[in-house]
Order: sequence, then C-alpha cells, then structure tokens
Amino acid sequence: MLTFGKLTYSQDKGAPFSPMKHIFKIISLLAAISAFWVGLLQASIIPRTHTWLLPIYLVVSLGCYGLLMVGVGLMQFPTCPQEAVLLQQDIAEAKGFLKDKGVDVGSD
Amino acid sequence: MAEGEWRNLGKNKYSIIVPTYNERLNIALIVYLIFKHLRGVDFEIIVVDDGSPDGTQDIVKQLQQVYGEDRVLLRARPRKLGLGTAYIHGLKHASGNFVVIMDADLSHHPKYLPSFIKKQLETGASIVTGTRYVKGGGVHGWNLMRKLTSRGANVLAQTFLWPGVSDLTGSFRLYKKSALEDIITSVVSKGYVFQMEMIVRASRKGYRIEEVPITFVDRVFGTSKLGGSEIVEYLKGLVYLLVTT
Repeated sequence: MLTFGKLTYSQDKGAPFSPMKHIFKIISLLAAISAFWVGLLQASIIPRTHTWLLPIYLVVSLGCYGLLMVGVGLMQFPTCPQEAVLLQQDIAEAKGFLKDKGVDVGSD
Repeated sequence: MAEGEWRNLGKNKYSIIVPTYNERLNIALIVYLIFKHLRGVDFEIIVVDDGSPDGTQDIVKQLQQVYGEDRVLLRARPRKLGLGTAYIHGLKHASGNFVVIMDADLSHHPKYLPSFIKKQLETGASIVTGTRYVKGGGVHGWNLMRKLTSRGANVLAQTFLWPGVSDLTGSFRLYKKSALEDIITSVVSKGYVFQMEMIVRASRKGYRIEEVPITFVDRVFGTSKLGGSEIVEYLKGLVYLLVTT
C-alpha cells in the first residue's frame, strides 16, 4: 500500500525525480491510521469507549518512545577520552616534523 | 592499512576540500596528518581560506614548499562567504573523481580517511559519511547539555525524516564528485542545517550512502555552539526538509 523508499528512482538519468514530498508520506500514513481507526469505530469490534481513547494512547506512546530513545541514546552516548590523548601525541609529532621543514608552527 | 587492500584504487584521485578561517596552526597539522595517513593514494588538498587575518594563507604557502603546489592547493576567497559556497568554490578546482569534505579544526582526524576510501571501494557507494553514534565512533569534550540536544535533534530527525543514516549533522564525508556536484546545487540551508540537508537530499535522490565510525574530539571547550537560536534554526530546517524533500 504505502511503498516508500528508493523504488522509483533512477540515479543515472540526470536529475532523479522525487515521487512524493516527505510530508505527504507522513500525512498519508496518518490518514491510513485514521481510516483504520474510523473503521474500528464503525465495526464496534471492541467497545466504543476504548476505541475513542486509542488516538490518545498512540500519541502518549509515541512521546514515551521519543523520550526513551533520547534517554537510551544519552546513556549509551559513545565517548572517546583516549582519542584526545592520542590527538595531543599526533599534534606534537606533526609540530616536530613541520618545524624541521621550516614551517612556522611556533606561534599560536 | 595493508598494501594489498589498496589494489582497487586504480586511477582514483581524491580531492580533500578543507575550508579555513583563522586556522594557521591547525591547517599545518592536518596537512601533515593527511600525508601521513594517505601514503600510496593519489590525492590533493584544496584549502579554501576566507581571508583569514591570522596568516593562514602564509602557512599554506609554506606547506606548498614542503609538499608541492600540486598536492596542496590554496584557493582563497576575499572574505567570509559561508560554508556551502566554500565547498562549491573548492569543487570548481578539484581534479579528483572523489571529493572529501572535512573540518580544519582537527575535530575530524585524517586517520579515518583510509576507512572512508576502503568503504567506498568495497561498496561502490556514492557517499561515505562519518558517524559518531555507532560502535567504534564517539565524541569527546561535550557536556551533558550538548549531548542531550544532540540526541534530541537526532531522534526528531530520525522520526520525521527517515534519512537512513545515523549521524545527520556530521560533516566528515567522502563523495563521488558527480554526486556532490549534483546535490550541492539544490541545497539552500546555511550553518548547522546545511550538512543535514545535503545528506537528506542525497538519500531522497537515491544515492547509495554508507557509514564509517569516526571519533570527534571537540577541543574548543566551553563554547557550546548550540544555544536557543540554533535550536530554533534546527527546527525550522527540519520543517523545511519535511515539505521540500
């Protein structure tokens, strides 16, 4: 139904065209979800009071997902303190070489 | 890197574009490190200096004496004219079939250049982009606030743009020259959003993008570039990319 992605591109033939602006992809996704929800309301498979609350659940769970991703990303944020040390060594090495070659790296 | 792995290099030439403004020491260091880590590779370094008052261009001329004017090219501009146009300016003078874009402040270490080249040779990708957010990559010198905004910005972009790359605002990248020429003409954003727009447009155009881990050492402590106005600019850029790509 919703075929997103790189299906229709051909990169060799000059400027490739974009089949759909991204905002319309997201709107159609939302429309599909809304249609499904309206269908649920009409069919009354589950009690209507529950169905009415589904969009709220969806928004809340999306928000939670976002916060969770930020939290997890923050906790697992890759750091590299050893790289700062290695860089200082590289800088010293480069300065030594360049000074010998007559490049003015003394000031600064 | 082992000798054998370079067999596929063939006639590839890599043009490394480094925009500078007041980087007289750093440009010397980075040129030395590029030559150190790219032995046996055909490359040129194109320094696009925006009229630095600190004598950056004098240092580049001294480096030309050491390494040769055909390996270190100085393509200066009279004044600060912006990052995007600096790349276009450098691109005009590039003779390689591949172009590398990197910052001059040593937050991008030339030791990763071989892994960019190797990745491109293995995959045939049009773009290889450095990512700080995977195993083997990382950042040094950021405080909690800087990390938080970075993660938040990334989650927002991943959720709304589906870009297919993990590090959107990184600017250490290898491009096929033809791909860069194609993409850069359609990019209008400035500053922070520029790198994001480049990679999102490339992804939308169907270019194959691969990633390699890089580490990012921020040596300019205490000058966090992400204030309130930058966050607003970022959000504007996000909306702009939503409706135009």
